[in-house]
Amino acid sequence: MGSEMTSADLRVSIGPLKLKNPVMTASGTFGYAKEFEPYVNLHHLGAVVVKGISLEPRPGNPPPRIVETSCGMLNAIGLENVGVERFISEKMVSLQEVNVPVIVNILGDTLDDYREIAARLADVKGIAGIEVNISCPNVKKGGVAFGTVPGMAAAVTAAVKESSSVPVIVKLSPNVTDITEIARAVEDGGADGVSLINTLIGMAIDHRSRRPQLANVIGGLSGPAIKPVALRMVYQVAKAVSIPVIGIGGIESTEDVLEFLLAGATAVQIGTANFVNPRASEEAVAGLASYVAEQKLESIREIIGGLIIP
Amino acid sequence: MSQFQEKTQITRIERFTEDILRLTLESPEIASIAKPGQFVMIRTGNSSDPLLRRPFSISQTSNNLHFQVLFKVVGRGTSILAHCREGEFLSVLGPLGNGFTIDCRNRNCLVGGGMGIAPLLFLAKAMLRKCPDTPPIVVLGSRNREELTTLVYDFAELGLSAYTATDDGSLGHHGLVTEVLETLDLGADCTNYVCGPHPMMTAVHLFCKKRNYSCQVSMETSMACGMGACLGCIVPVEKGGYGHACTDGPVFDAKELVWEVK
Repeated sequence: MGSEMTSADLRVSIGPLKLKNPVMTASGTFGYAKEFEPYVNLHHLGAVVVKGISLEPRPGNPPPRIVETSCGMLNAIGLENVGVERFISEKMVSLQEVNVPVIVNILGDTLDDYREIAARLADVKGIAGIEVNISCPNVKKGGVAFGTVPGMAAAVTAAVKESSSVPVIVKLSPNVTDITEIARAVEDGGADGVSLINTLIGMAIDHRSRRPQLANVIGGLSGPAIKPVALRMVYQVAKAVSIPVIGIGGIESTEDVLEFLLAGATAVQIGTANFVNPRASEEAVAGLASYVAEQKLESIREIIGGLIIP
Repeated sequence: MSQFQEKTQITRIERFTEDILRLTLESPEIASIAKPGQFVMIRTGNSSDPLLRRPFSISQTSNNLHFQVLFKVVGRGTSILAHCREGEFLSVLGPLGNGFTIDCRNRNCLVGGGMGIAPLLFLAKAMLRKCPDTPPIVVLGSRNREELTTLVYDFAELGLSAYTATDDGSLGHHGLVTEVLETLDLGADCTNYVCGPHPMMTAVHLFCKKRNYSCQVSMETSMACGMGACLGCIVPVEKGGYGHACTDGPVFDAKELVWEVK
């Protein structure tokens, strides 16, 4: 896949963040990237977004944490992570060796949490951007409120922007009445871009045992099942804001990536597909290069927002 | 290093019962590096439904060329797999996980239940190579004779005569594997290698704890990726928090896990 990848112009920009192609990996589906090194040439990717980091380590939810559903899966991992200090001293060290932009997903329970994590990361070498998780539905306090109230979403964005030295992307929850309202709020808060959608809150029940299939009872739905919802929201948000939109939700293939770009996304993140096909992200990059060549495009940017509505 | 092979050919399908099958897959890359207790993630088809790969422990390798998986049809994924034909290709990721640690100093005892017997055959072979002077004791349990016959025969081919226990008494002891263990002379030091249903592993762990035997258990959990990314396959550990069955396991020292004893 080498030659076509170098010749096709796949470059995109998320505000000041320049990427060699629009394909990233979604937070929580790619570990700290090292896990995928046996299967993927990481430097072929646009960027990797690592597992969400909180101020203190979190053990996560009790099992069962995941369950497969039709064309998708539910998860209630509960934001298990090593905490910002260990992330910097251990995970970031190996990430610095990998020649790919690293975007760090951060999460917290209070404005101060977000501010402090961003500040701790500000001096760390090798971080290309920060993605603010205001939308994870699994932790009872914090997360949900920030992502569902426009004023709070704007405040978190501003707090992170203030203490951060790199571009800030805000990841939006689809579990709101009007996602464009939240998108506009974080744009006003100073976000360099928005990424969407995070998982849709769902539930699975075992009728034989009459119990929920997740210990947490409810969880986040991801995978191909949510792609139509994600496309619709990307389409709406791209029209509502002037900052770049990163599309996420059920992307498995090059064709899926193209659909999100047409809907208005400047870049995309591949999530659950990494679990099924660890090479999905790299294959999508190669697929985009072929597409640009076949369609004789100057660059992949030509198709962003290029949806034709007859 | 584990491999990602989108085209791994099924060279043989054995049907033990209506719903228990053993597949032989050709992969020198996987077969030559796999260790007993490791597993593979198999995609059952190319569609999005079912979406996720399914984990299977490697039940045997041969000639650094083939490996086998043994499974019972329990849901949609295994049902689709049961309808595969010889010559077809499957996408396989593996070998994954840590595997058993063979200790030649002690008496070794392999305890398997149901489909959990699968990795023990691979382990027995490796053990016979590594500790030829001390062949392991083998105790196998299952629902009935039908499920167990071929597996008992496979151990016999290695020169190992297995003690058996069945739920219906149709082969060997009528009851639990732990009841068989109680009757055996396992000496003062014995290392147990256990894989089977969770209640069985709990019982064997308690048996080992009582006698101060070491005990390695292979844990089965649902998992999405098999390589430490999804964080779905957790098992509670004694020191607090969770271990991940895919990367910290699937084999754990039973003492390090939290067991819910009723």
